[in-house]
Amino acid sequence: MKFSVIIDALPHLLGAAVTTVWISLLGVMLGQVIGMLVCVARQSGSRAADMAGGVYVSFFRGVPLLIQLLLIYYMLPLVGIDVPPLVAAIGALSLASGAYVSEIYRGALNAVPHGQSEAALALGFPGITIWRRILLPQAFRISVPALVNELILLLKASSLISVVGVAELTRTSQTISASNYRPLEIYLAAGLIYLAINGALALFGSLVERRLQQG
Amino acid sequence: MDFTLFVQYGPALLRGFGVTILCWAAGCAIGLALGFVLMLLGRIDWKPLRWTIRAYIEIIRGTPFLIQLFLLYSGGPAIGLRLEATTAGILGLGLYGSAYFAEIFRAGYQAVPKGQVEAALSLGMPYGGILRRVILPVMLVSTVPAIVNMLAILTKETVVLSIITVPELMYEMQTMAAETFASFETILAMALFYWLLVEVVSRLGRRFEARVTRFLSHPSKTTRPSETTSNARA
Repeated sequence: MKFSVIIDALPHLLGAAVTTVWISLLGVMLGQVIGMLVCVARQSGSRAADMAGGVYVSFFRGVPLLIQLLLIYYMLPLVGIDVPPLVAAIGALSLASGAYVSEIYRGALNAVPHGQSEAALALGFPGITIWRRILLPQAFRISVPALVNELILLLKASSLISVVGVAELTRTSQTISASNYRPLEIYLAAGLIYLAINGALALFGSLVERRLQQG
Repeated sequence: MDFTLFVQYGPALLRGFGVTILCWAAGCAIGLALGFVLMLLGRIDWKPLRWTIRAYIEIIRGTPFLIQLFLLYSGGPAIGLRLEATTAGILGLGLYGSAYFAEIFRAGYQAVPKGQVEAALSLGMPYGGILRRVILPVMLVSTVPAIVNMLAILTKETVVLSIITVPELMYEMQTMAAETFASFETILAMALFYWLLVEVVSRLGRRFEARVTRFLSHPSKTTRPSETTSNARA
């Protein structure tokens, strides 16, 4: 063990960690949008929409993320879309995340008392207003802990996008340890950085949760 | 798309699937055994031991599986741990699973009604007997759903082993894709295959679950998979 190796590599690793964080944040945010749309589509009452949503959720939760990633990476050029690996990676993360998020929202929507939407219907609220003013705000609040957990999961999962050559934390550690032959120190440092980010996220999550419970 | 490729590469793919099953089964066995031991050790009232186990679990659950594999496989030799890729893969999968299984078992242990343990104690049963005849049966049944969920997650994790060159199915598929330039077709076939595999594992698990929990009047609420293994995903 030589700690000087870690200190030398630290600026690169931290820079890469920033990349990891923003890729995961972007993935989870797009995942939110996808997840919410899928969830609403599945609850809309249209059988076709429900089935399509069901297949989407089942596929992205059943197939390993690494395979989804490669699938998107190889598929896009075939359909004539030439994008850098980074875009394919973020796309894969968002699609995978969307499948889990839509299930989180489904659970949260079920937790909103049924009588509320019935009352709103009885008062003559249009469907879209019921969603916008009654269901979604409450569902969002209920789902906050699960969504923070989702962000932590995605951050860990984002290590897989190193495979398509995106220079995030895992890929950068690979590159550094391949050049200085010190994999033990470098991967230990990378692991600690992941641990620190996840710890901070968990802390942030419990703060937000407490805040929402008060409000 | 040329399906004869799959015939040509059939033997290699089958061999790869064998390695996948081997890694999965051995990794799960190690994970379950180690997780159980960790849970038992965690009940000993000695703070340093508890902290060590807690730290182990949090470290495993807070870092990506891929980083753990790299540490074991590439970092191992620096401390004299030279493992073959497949051995490293199995060990990595086992260590990774053990942290999650330990948490599942811990929740299961806490779900055992205190009164039952106290009744056994007051009847003069030795602790070993209480563990074996009272706690374990209740605990194992209540943890089945979470364990099944974790086993399905570990099925998906085996794919990551291909990155450290374990010659399992994904690795063989990628070799095939590289040699035949039919990347998209092979990956698509692979996706469909794993979709099916994970579905089969979950279905079998659910059937097993229904079988072992059928005599329970009230299925345990404390070990819902969403709570105990919510930090794992492949």
